[in-house]
Amino acid sequence: MRRSPASTIRFAAVLSLVCSILVAGSAVVLRDRQEANRLLDRRLKVLTVAQLVAPGERLSREEVDARFEARIRPVAIELATGEAAPEIDIASYDQRRAAQDPGRSRLAPPNDAGVARLPVHAVVYEWVEAGAVAGIILPIEGKGLWSTLYGYLALTPDTREVRGIDFYEHGETAGLGDGIEDPVWRARWEGRQAFDDNWEPRIEVVKGPAPPPSAAPFEVDGLAGATLTGRGVTHLVRFWLGWDGFGPYLARVREGTGAP
Amino acid sequence: MKPASRGVLVDPLFENNPIALQVLGVCSALAVTTELATAFAMSLAVTGVLIGSNVAVSLLRERIPSDIRIIVQLTIVASLVIVTDQILTAFAYDISRRLSVFVGLIITNCIIMGRAEAFAMQNPPGRSFLDGLGNALGYSVVLLFVAFFRELLGSGSVFGFTLLRPVADGGWYEPNGLMVSAPAAFLLIGCFIWILRWWKPEQIEEEFRVRALSESGDEGDLR
Repeated sequence: MRRSPASTIRFAAVLSLVCSILVAGSAVVLRDRQEANRLLDRRLKVLTVAQLVAPGERLSREEVDARFEARIRPVAIELATGEAAPEIDIASYDQRRAAQDPGRSRLAPPNDAGVARLPVHAVVYEWVEAGAVAGIILPIEGKGLWSTLYGYLALTPDTREVRGIDFYEHGETAGLGDGIEDPVWRARWEGRQAFDDNWEPRIEVVKGPAPPPSAAPFEVDGLAGATLTGRGVTHLVRFWLGWDGFGPYLARVREGTGAP
Repeated sequence: MKPASRGVLVDPLFENNPIALQVLGVCSALAVTTELATAFAMSLAVTGVLIGSNVAVSLLRERIPSDIRIIVQLTIVASLVIVTDQILTAFAYDISRRLSVFVGLIITNCIIMGRAEAFAMQNPPGRSFLDGLGNALGYSVVLLFVAFFRELLGSGSVFGFTLLRPVADGGWYEPNGLMVSAPAAFLLIGCFIWILRWWKPEQIEEEFRVRALSESGDEGDLR
């Protein structure tokens, strides 16, 4: 129907108001549930990279929490020195938010991983088997093709070998780049060497299939149709293993003086 | 139910299917149909949005100023999609992660805007509700058809339950890699349309019928 401009504007304003209340209201009402889901999903990913979840095993919320609390020990560290940071309250520490806060982060040096800011403190995880540390889990992030990838990388206690990798958030192409979550591809990381003899990060996602770890210790199979996502993974894994990332912490772990 | 209302509900299933006859909403039909679980969740999400937008647009149809009606419809659709996305993240986190951006992209699904503009703007809320439900079912039928074959042939399973044990798990079935990639959805939608038009030849467009006849040298039937 035809109407005066004033009534058209009035209609548009009322509609916008109603729609924004609807959208904002749903976001507020559902936020707690969504946060709980995100936390649970991250805990599940930590357990997955540590291979504390069998492939195909379905865990309830309670089982994830119980297993996480029994087997995984979060440790807060100062990123630049690798020293333990016991003053950080791990339960409430949000590393991604801290990295955006100028008071709790610094500008990252130029890097290929697309990491803009580094938090002063980071939370890493150790998993414990029979009283001894059986591995280390590092949070990793960086640019893929379209989006920032967020995930975890697990290393053996001597930090030399990869135990697992997984991503909990990304916006890569469905069917191609999202293969970074594929269990078959992730299994190809197991047993590859992260560092060369001088402790320089050496691991790389190559194009096409890689020979077995014994023949090509530093190479991981590429993702078909997602070469650029794979290159992003190479860059971000190397960045976080390197001296600007968790290098100082990993050096301490190797010397046996790591946190805690 | 009155026959007219019944037609509004049932026709979009096979007589006037939004994907198979109008070829709308194909993008998401390619993206989310590698497995039945995501296709089913996507169908539910589209059903909710389509019914919601049809009813809302229909209720407002006397008041919507005609010169801004498209953006009004879009605003309503976008709001419903965001709310749907929020609900999925809160109650079906795993599925919502696997659907990734495609829930948000329901906003651009032409079926929804198409029904709002073509039907809900001219019809009362009750009939618009049925039209929304019918078109959503028509969309879902194609999605689930495509996803059933893609998951079965591509991964050897149905709704995640393994029926054909793949070689990688020590079984005998060699999964068809094509089925996991997007072009398979084109082939399957093509098959769906083929079967549908073989069953209901009146859906074949006139121009193609003419060409088919003239190619076979059967010009006599044209008049």
